[in-house]
Amino acid sequence: MAPRINDLWVYLSASPLLGLTLTLIAYQAACWIHRRAKFSPLANPVLIAVSALVALLTVTGTSYQTYFDGAQFVHFLLGPATVALAVPLYTQFRRVRALLVPVVAGLLVGSFTAVASAVLVARFFGASLATQLSLAPKSVTTPIAMGVAERIGGIPSLTAVLVITTGILGAVIGRYLFDALRIRDAAIRGFATGITAHGIGTARAFQESEQAGAFAALAMGMNGLITALLLPVLVPLLQ
Amino acid sequence: MIAALSQLLIFQLIGEIIARGLELPVPGPVIGMLLLFLTLMVRNGPKPELQSTSQNLLQHLSLLFIPAGTGVIVHLHRIADEWLALLLSLLVSTVVTLAVTALVMQFFNARQSAGE
Repeated sequence: MAPRINDLWVYLSASPLLGLTLTLIAYQAACWIHRRAKFSPLANPVLIAVSALVALLTVTGTSYQTYFDGAQFVHFLLGPATVALAVPLYTQFRRVRALLVPVVAGLLVGSFTAVASAVLVARFFGASLATQLSLAPKSVTTPIAMGVAERIGGIPSLTAVLVITTGILGAVIGRYLFDALRIRDAAIRGFATGITAHGIGTARAFQESEQAGAFAALAMGMNGLITALLLPVLVPLLQ
Repeated sequence: MIAALSQLLIFQLIGEIIARGLELPVPGPVIGMLLLFLTLMVRNGPKPELQSTSQNLLQHLSLLFIPAGTGVIVHLHRIADEWLALLLSLLVSTVVTLAVTALVMQFFNARQSAGE
């Protein structure tokens, strides 16, 4: 019996089937936990699924490359998902006219602040250049942030982790910070959350109100676009 | 669904060709997103099929981050070395960006309302 199990493991560990299946199972289990935790931002599904997979790969001694051979089929969909962001961007775009000036000002200042503050604080505390460049696009939604990180000389997979951590932080902190600053306008609260904390912040903003969620989705799309366009130009200035 | 998925892939492909052909620093899918956005503006909105396929794809956006997020396993060493700089950078930057963005918008919103 033992040799047969051994043969089976040899087959499974070399096939993309296992990595792909485990990714889907980990995601569904994480979503279940997220629901059970009443959608608390701390029980973030990505955080839970990634922790479980890291633990599993470490325990079984499986390399990331072997896992990724299977998981790449899911990873590939980030490209079409980025293109698909055009649809909610279009839907929200028409609501903006009334708030055009604050939205454009918030976008430009917020986008620049997100990049500059992350890079400068990391540099002050002695982070390496590769780490600083991986941090630069951390407020942008993951598919765009990874593409930008690759272009400017950061480490895309490290950026993905930093983006997800930023999203969780922004979703948790936002509400208390806005209350302390006496910012009550749902559109402004949502937009600032979307600029800072991309999709994870947007999910959170929708729980606060429909209007906050719509403006967060808009901010996420616009910040992704403007960071992708400006960061490669900005990077030489930050070095 | 297949037609809408093909449409997304075609826009990504065109974006990729433009980005690499012109050696632009912007990722190909972002250019694809911009082109699709402009197309939607010209055509006054997406067809129902594209609308629902995009919605389905974006509803499970979290799933798509997992393979890349698991890549942290390769960087545990770097994170252990630079954890303080990383943690403070993320924390300070998140608080500052939230506050600055909201305050700037509040300022311009009040000015706009006062001007009316």
